[in-house]
Amino acid sequence: MRLRLLHFASFREAVGRDEEERDVPEGTRVRDLWRALAGEVALFRQFPVIPPAAVNREYVESDTVLRDGDEVAFLPPVAGG
Amino acid sequence: MFLTTSPIDLAALLAEARSSDGALCLFVGVVRDHNDGRATTAIQYEAYGPMAESEMGRIAEGLAREFPVVKIGMQHRVGRLGVGDASVAIAAVSPHRADAFAACRAAIDRVKTAVPIWKKEFHPDGSSDWVDPTQRT
Repeated sequence: MRLRLLHFASFREAVGRDEEERDVPEGTRVRDLWRALAGEVALFRQFPVIPPAAVNREYVESDTVLRDGDEVAFLPPVAGG
Repeated sequence: MFLTTSPIDLAALLAEARSSDGALCLFVGVVRDHNDGRATTAIQYEAYGPMAESEMGRIAEGLAREFPVVKIGMQHRVGRLGVGDASVAIAAVSPHRADAFAACRAAIDRVKTAVPIWKKEFHPDGSSDWVDPTQRT
């Protein structure tokens, strides 16, 4: 199945792009996707815990199972205001 | 729409929030010329636009339940802002000041922690860094 992955702020700069399509196996959970990304991006390996994640623009838990076509984003520490 | 790329229009925000109620509390967040001991020349705000809109909507709905008599108006600016520019504004209107202050305070606290907005600070030497409130000493 295919996901649309969005990257923001420091994560966007670390990855080098703001969005990508990614094929993952059926049953992939949010935390599995983070582990895969951490294998590719040095900055992500510095996080002791999985950062907040959003699926289809809603906060989700890291054990959430992803679905084909989901829009997924891992969120760096927010700093609005 | 809660996000804007244009300067925040405080008069419009006040006009929208205003009614015959007795107390209007306005919070305006402004770009500082320093942060964590370093001089700041500008801040670039970036948002996950659609999610930021829905999270701010959720905050407004939550406040409407907690403070039934309060009307809330909110705007957050994105893009590159200079020192002194307003980055966020919240107007809370209520029959009495206690609820207006409490709702306004709760609104800005929630915006800062729950809404996917990020900021990069620029310094006089040309360097820049992403602000991480979880790392603040």
